[in-house]
Amino acid sequence: MAEPGNQAFPTSLRFRDDAAADEPSVSLDAFLDQGEADSVRIEAGEDVTVLFPHLDRVRLIEVDFPRFRDGRGFSTARMLREAGYTGELKATGDVLVDLIFFMRRCGFDSFAPDKPFDPADAEAALSRWDHVYVPAADDRVPIWKLRHG
Amino acid sequence: MYRYDKYDQAMVDTRVEEFRDQVRRRLEGKLDDDQFKPLRLKNGLYLQLHAYMLRVAIPYGTLNSAQMRALGAIARKYDRGYGHFTTRQNIQYNWIKLAEAPDLFADLAKVEMHAIQTSGESIRNISSDQYAGAAADELIDPRPWCEMLRQMTTFMPEFSYLPRKFKIAVIASAEDRAALRWHDFALRIVQNASGEIGFEVYAGGGMGRTPFIAYRIREFLPTSQLFSYLQAVLRVWNRHARRDNIHKQRMKILVHDLGQEEFTRQVEEAFEHFLSLAEDFPQAEYDRIAAYFAPPPFEQGLSDEIDLSDPAFAAWVDRQVIAHKAPGYAIANISLKPVGGIPGDISADQMDVVADLAERYSFDELRATHAQNLVLPHVRKADLHAVWQALVEAGLADANLDLVSDIIACPGLDYCSLANARSIPVAQKIAERFADPARQADVGELKIKISGCINACGHHHAGNIGILGVDRKGSESYQLLLGGSGDEVTTQAKIAGPGFDEDGIVDAVERAVEQYRTIREPGERFIDTYRRVGMDGFKEAIYG
Amino acid sequence: MRILTGNDLKTGAVTWWTGYDWSIHVEDAVDAGDQADAILAREAAACRVNNPYAIDGEKAPDGSVRPAHIKDRIRALGPTVRPDLTLKPADPDARNWVI
Repeated sequence: MAEPGNQAFPTSLRFRDDAAADEPSVSLDAFLDQGEADSVRIEAGEDVTVLFPHLDRVRLIEVDFPRFRDGRGFSTARMLREAGYTGELKATGDVLVDLIFFMRRCGFDSFAPDKPFDPADAEAALSRWDHVYVPAADDRVPIWKLRHG
Repeated sequence: MYRYDKYDQAMVDTRVEEFRDQVRRRLEGKLDDDQFKPLRLKNGLYLQLHAYMLRVAIPYGTLNSAQMRALGAIARKYDRGYGHFTTRQNIQYNWIKLAEAPDLFADLAKVEMHAIQTSGESIRNISSDQYAGAAADELIDPRPWCEMLRQMTTFMPEFSYLPRKFKIAVIASAEDRAALRWHDFALRIVQNASGEIGFEVYAGGGMGRTPFIAYRIREFLPTSQLFSYLQAVLRVWNRHARRDNIHKQRMKILVHDLGQEEFTRQVEEAFEHFLSLAEDFPQAEYDRIAAYFAPPPFEQGLSDEIDLSDPAFAAWVDRQVIAHKAPGYAIANISLKPVGGIPGDISADQMDVVADLAERYSFDELRATHAQNLVLPHVRKADLHAVWQALVEAGLADANLDLVSDIIACPGLDYCSLANARSIPVAQKIAERFADPARQADVGELKIKISGCINACGHHHAGNIGILGVDRKGSESYQLLLGGSGDEVTTQAKIAGPGFDEDGIVDAVERAVEQYRTIREPGERFIDTYRRVGMDGFKEAIYG
Repeated sequence: MRILTGNDLKTGAVTWWTGYDWSIHVEDAVDAGDQADAILAREAAACRVNNPYAIDGEKAPDGSVRPAHIKDRIRALGPTVRPDLTLKPADPDARNWVI
């Protein structure tokens, strides 16, 4: 079987123009304790709402997917965007390339998957859908609005 | 019925091409089975005992003749000439080849069909009343709301990987023909004191190994807020469900663990938030969809007389035909439960016959029922005899709706890799035991439901008589349950006692039926008698 | 005895390890013995068969292989309720072999 890692695919994918945060992210507990870090890491199952009062000093939030079957991170991301967070939102861990379109729609704008994506597969996944049925954390217009102008 | 516009068609067509690409990557070895499995499951493609199995969605059980013919053509071209209607109003094929699946999906898309989200941890096909649009007792046709839900639940980004599957039902009548409270999320369309249409909302139901009957979590939800409310329910569940044990991840477990009150509180809190985003669909979208479900042009002034001089036809009418809301019309049920047959199975040739009948006699409409039968929803009473004759020729004229031989059965160990025991042979033996039409008629309404494992696809928890197949030291064994129902009362069947082997369970069912006949009071159905006397009234007759 | 089975990747058909290849006929299955895990690892990587796995089998008096569990015997033959769709549609004894 082909191992994408062997083909030297890029290990991350980023859809932002600003400079990436240079400090490594800290755990949610450490972030809340220290009050200095500007990059924080949220594990699946952690309550993202405790971060809401501090969003103005955060540059990077990493949301971990321990297994691709664990979809809690999708809600985490969208809730952060709904709470007004505009910094970098990175999906890490067991991220499937076939789900990155939905992840982008939930507000993720960077990816650092355990197994690097084939760039062609990522490009295909992101450009495939011309329309969406429902609104999410992005600015895509749902079909029900397109139909009625 | 609903027809795709360019957007719906593009969504389905794009999905076909996406899956074609995923199959290619799998066959090229770029995806291993662990990675590919969730992708194929979200397209309804399982790997079963003998081959790949494909479950095609029949949204809320409604289809037209072109779709039925296409299903028959697919059965011939990609399968072995037959299909199997399921307990979620879908159809399954048992012998699909992975390499051919993308072409099959393309054929489905040509008739506005798909298999999106018919499996996997996703929001499944919406189920509804099989008599929607025809029933005399409905408030409005529930299907526009089903279609709204179909579109809003297709590819919801935030809910790309739910903790487990999520099943929705919508009805609009007091009589429940869709087993509403056995769903994760269910809506009954109601009217409030000021005449406004809205939803009574239920949540947390489901069968499987830990059955729960759904609680009512809201008395009245304005229809315009449905999208916000649904997202609130899904978000609460998606965030807080367990993720460590696949058997404890359905929403019913969270509702049970949190308690109805706390779950409802969290949903209401999230609902307020979603309402503040102001992302609900416009009324114009509902109006657009509802227009597709306008009543067909029923003829006026038709006679309600039916010539019942042919006794076989009269028996069929008596059993299979239901009152329609329009004068001169009737709802005709088509049994897929011939004695000795496989419940829900239908050949490609029979699909063509049924498609022709729908086109000629039922305004091009057909329904699939959760009891694995079919319905011609709008037949002129004057045409019933011609319909019946065509059904007789096709071997589809059994008159056993809701009788002892109208058995729901999952595919069981004959087809399913999850099953512990075979279901179909048990259904066949019970039907043969009660084959005499006079005996069936005397026993009256009796819903037997058989599952080949605790996943309960055969709805045994909701059976007046339920049968659960288990593996007992490597051989098949069957537990007997009594007293379940999926109707507006909704009860969970209870285990009667020790299990039986295949012949033993048939005998035990017969003893239960005979006990009912002995102790029933005038007008009582089996379930009524059970509710009156309880398990104690049956136990000794069954176990001696 | 340990016999190896899986479903063919492209067709989904049930297949049995013959010692050097896969066959749809259980009669061709061989005892993989203590080589089972090594063969499975190699074959899983070869991507011809979906998730191959080992099951218990027994040798009938006539020397033929019979999977120990009914589920695998149904897999080997086909659905008991549709003998016409099994691998042995003309064999009236096939069902007895399963049950």
